[in-house]
Order: sequence, then C-alpha cells, then structure tokens
Amino acid sequence: MTAAADADLIPARRPPASETGALGWARHNLFSGWLNTIITIVAAFVAYKVIWGALSYTVFNAVWTGTPQTCQDMLGKGACWLAIQDRYRFILFGPFDYDQQWRGALVIFLFVAMVGLSAIRRFWGKKLIYGWVAALAVVLWLMYGGLGLKVVETSKWGGLPLTLLLAFAGIIFAFPLGIVLALGRRSHMPAIKALCVAYIELIRGVPLISVLFMASVMFPLFLPENITIDKVLRAQVGIILFTAAYTAEAIRGGLQAVPKGQYEAADALGLGYWRKMSLIVLPQALKISIPSIVNNFISTLKDTSLVTIIALYDLLNTSKIAFNEPQWRSFFFDGFVVAGLIFFVFCFSISRISIKIERVLDVGHKRR
Amino acid sequence: MSQPIITMNKVNKWYGEFHVLRDIELAVSKGERIVVCGPSGSGKSTLIRCINRLEEHQAGSIKVDGIELTDDVKNIEQIRREVGMVFQHFNLFPHLTVLENCCLGPIWVRKMPRAEAEEIAMKYLKRVRIPEQANKYPGQLSGGQQQRVAIARSLCMNPKIMLFDEPTSALDPEMVKEVLDVMIGLAEDSGMTMLCVTHEMGFARSVAHRVIFMDRGQIIEQNDPETFFHSPQNERTKLFLSQILAH
Repeated sequence: MTAAADADLIPARRPPASETGALGWARHNLFSGWLNTIITIVAAFVAYKVIWGALSYTVFNAVWTGTPQTCQDMLGKGACWLAIQDRYRFILFGPFDYDQQWRGALVIFLFVAMVGLSAIRRFWGKKLIYGWVAALAVVLWLMYGGLGLKVVETSKWGGLPLTLLLAFAGIIFAFPLGIVLALGRRSHMPAIKALCVAYIELIRGVPLISVLFMASVMFPLFLPENITIDKVLRAQVGIILFTAAYTAEAIRGGLQAVPKGQYEAADALGLGYWRKMSLIVLPQALKISIPSIVNNFISTLKDTSLVTIIALYDLLNTSKIAFNEPQWRSFFFDGFVVAGLIFFVFCFSISRISIKIERVLDVGHKRR
Repeated sequence: MSQPIITMNKVNKWYGEFHVLRDIELAVSKGERIVVCGPSGSGKSTLIRCINRLEEHQAGSIKVDGIELTDDVKNIEQIRREVGMVFQHFNLFPHLTVLENCCLGPIWVRKMPRAEAEEIAMKYLKRVRIPEQANKYPGQLSGGQQQRVAIARSLCMNPKIMLFDEPTSALDPEMVKEVLDVMIGLAEDSGMTMLCVTHEMGFARSVAHRVIFMDRGQIIEQNDPETFFHSPQNERTKLFLSQILAH
C-alpha cells in the first residue's frame, strides 16, 4: 500500500482498560450478571468443599504411621495408608513370585517409559511402532521368564503389569485390525463388506463381560480335550477382538469425513487402492478419528478390570484381595482409592498425549 | 489434425433414472485444446470425468490413448497415469506439503527416485510461479496459489492429456487471472492435449481450437471459437451465450 492510502487509515488503538487484565476477564466471565454471579459463588463453594474434603481424607486426617488400631480410630475420617504400605506389593504385582517382583516393576517402568516416549514428537513415526512391539516382546519375556529368568506361570500374573499388558497389547493389536475392519466395511466388495459389518455389529452388540466369558468358558469346550489355551491369552484375544470393533467404528467415522475430492484426486493421479488409502485417505481419516480412538483406548484400559470375572488378578482385583487380611479388612475402600488413582494417572496421560498429537497434526491444515 | 487421442463413441450415462450423457460422439486430436461449456447440469463435468473414469459410463465406448476404458483396473490405472486432472476445488492433499503433493504421483506411480521427483516438482512449481511455497501446506496458500499447485501436481506426472474441471469457478475474482495465465502459458508452450470445462470465454477465445456447447446431456454445437462466438447456429447456444456474455 502507498503512503497516501495509509494516511487515511485510523491508527489501531488499545482496547479499554475495563476489557483487559484479570479484572476485566473476571467481570466478563464470572460476574457478568446476577445469575452468573450466583453460579460462580455456588461453584466456588462446591469446589472448596470437594477439594477440602478430598485433601482431609487423603492427607490431613490420613494415617501414615502407627498400628492398625490407629487406622481403626480414624476409620471413615482419614485414609489408612498404613495398609497400603503393608500390602502395596500385592496390590501392584498380585500373586507373582515375591522374589521375582522386580520383573513386574521393570514391566511397569517399561510401559511408563513407552507412554512417555510416545508423547515426544521427535519419536513419532514408524520407529515408535517398532518400539512398542519390541517393548511388548520384552514385557512378555519379563513376565513369563525363560532365557535365564525363572518361569512364572501366567496363573500367577497379576496387578499393574497384567492390567497394562492386557490394555496395551489389546490396543496395539486392535488398532491395525480396526483399520482393516473399517476399510472392509466401506469396501465395494459385498462379501468382504458383509463379513466386516457382521463382525463389528456382533461384537458391539455384546458386553465385554460376555466376550470374556465366551473366551474363558465356552471357547475351551469347542477345543479337543488335550489342547488348552492359556487363560491370560484367551482374555487378551477377547479384549483385542472387542477393542478392534470399536476402533473400526471410530476409524470409519474418520473415513467418512475425508472429502470425496481427496479420493478423486488420488484416483486421478493413478494411485491404486492401497496406495490411495495408506498415503492419502488414512492419514487424514486417522487424524480426524484420534479423539474417538483415544476414547476407545481409555475405555479399554479401564475395561481390563473386567477380567476379574474370569479370575485373573488385574489391578482392581489385587487391590480388593490385598485387603482380605483381617487387620486391614475395614480399609478396603483405600485400596480402591489407590487403584483409581493409578488408573487415572494412565488415562489422563494418554488423554493429554492425544490432545498434543491433535494439535501438532493440525499445523498447516488451517489457514493462518 | 493428427489421429485422435480420445474417442467417445455413443457414450451414455445415467445417474439412477437421470440420463446425464446422451449419445456423446467426440474425437479429440493429439494436441487439440477444447473448451466445454454449457448451463449447469448439462453434463459437461460428467463428460470429462468419464475420460479418466472418475465416472463410469454405462453404454458406448471410450478410448483414451489407444486403451479402451473397461472395468479392468489395470486399464483404468494406465489411462489415469497419462491423464492429468485439475478440479474445481483443487483437492490438494492437506496433510502433505506443496512439494510432497507434487512428488507423490511421480514417486508412487512412476516409481521415480525421490530426488528426481523433487527436481521435477520444483521445475513445475517454477512454471506455475510459486517455487517459494514448496514447503508450505496447502491450507497456508490462497485459492489461486492452491489451484496453481494442483496444476503443477498434475504436470509432474507428465501427462499426455490434461482435464480441467471448472478450474477457476471456486476462486475469488482477483485470483482467476493468475490461474488462467498459467493455463494459457501451458497451452502455448507445451502443445498438450487439453479439455477444459469453463465459463471463461476470454480463455476459450485465446487458447481453444474448438468450443463445445452442451445442454441436457447432449453436445449441441461445436465449432472453432471465432465461429462459435460470432455466429452460433443453435437457439440454445445463442441463449446461453447471451446470458453469460451479457454482463
């Protein structure tokens, strides 16, 4: 633009002071009318009550040292962390051989490390997938043993390592299966389409508990008597199959959201079906479906606690069983608090990572 | 003119009950530049989309570069390799940079090494006058720039035929010229066979060898631009021309 044109331009001014800063913000958002003011005050009061109550129970009134009797005196007023100190090994590792529980600790560390690495942008890509597969292999070795480690039968697996294994292996295997099912459901080949629709609808139409029951109780009935398939493996397969159906639907939503023009542009370039899908359509569809895929994965992580029903010692189950000892029996609630906290930390981390992925993948897609 | 590179013989197509293409007869010579115009819903886009099988015709035959278009996926992919297409809404791949958009076809379809593909991509990005945008994402470009990238993307495949499906009609008015300039440049330098659905009559006058007017699924009239614009024969052509040239 020329200087002459600029001369007519009204110079940009700062907004009025009442509209900016903390006070302006509060006026706008918290006290913009009598209704809003009331809501703000009520919400502040409720938040105060809840936070104060939680802190009193878990920190100020909690029993950190003493005897079971100290806990008994504070029953209902404060948490009995004494019980957790006494029983944490069982909560975390279940009936896993006591002297071998360092392996379980390594497994937990490995999973935490992998989740952490997955949050770092520099590692995103094929390598991360290989990393997860390798981590799973190491986890299986640590859990089962062999190659120099003492063998621990799967019936003794338990606690957090088992929960994380069921969840992450479930997610990792369900993901590709979900992609295949989603593509199949949108296929133009009637047989493939029917098969995928039937599978997805069947699995989605049944609760996970019944899938686990089927896997655990019914499935062996169909097998010859001398063949037994490991119970953990059966539960794992059940979780994978279940999660895959939900993942497929999440991905299908993403596939439908990719504009027709993208398919046409890929076609017009002469890309074949698989190239078109893997290079053009899936990257966009998966990005769109990240929130729902992650939502499914978080559900999967929590749903693993249902394996209790087929007598596996997952984290929630060990938290319950740990309090079967007579002196701690009254404080079983605190076990659930700890289990809940552990679940929350994992689910919340995954959720934050997904938000980060969304944000990074969004770069360049919007006009800036 | 030399032997035809595209032949359409009694081509018919229906969308459900709607007869969208009726007995289309068309022969396009190598190097010929054709502008297709007509009222909306006349089937002009469908016509050129049949040439690279984005739409399937149900009767008649289409032959492109000596290959008959059938259900055979191999044939279709072979034809698509030789036919570039530019869309109304650009259809760039939003998750890839401009350069990656351009390299995709050469690398995956032509099996070219990446370095070579990038060299070619830069050559065509220079040709459409936006080499400096190579590492941006499509969403960061203006409509006119995106459409020029789309043209470059098609050219990277070194096609024998270029199809343009209303390349300027989704653009803001001030961006139409930059895209048309690129297309005119392409027409003049390359001698490429071009079919263009457009209402840009100035463009038709300056580059087309032949203008085709379609209405209700039929080719109503076709002629060289001079005759077509100055002495249209058919009443419907006259009406159409009076409507689009009036303002």
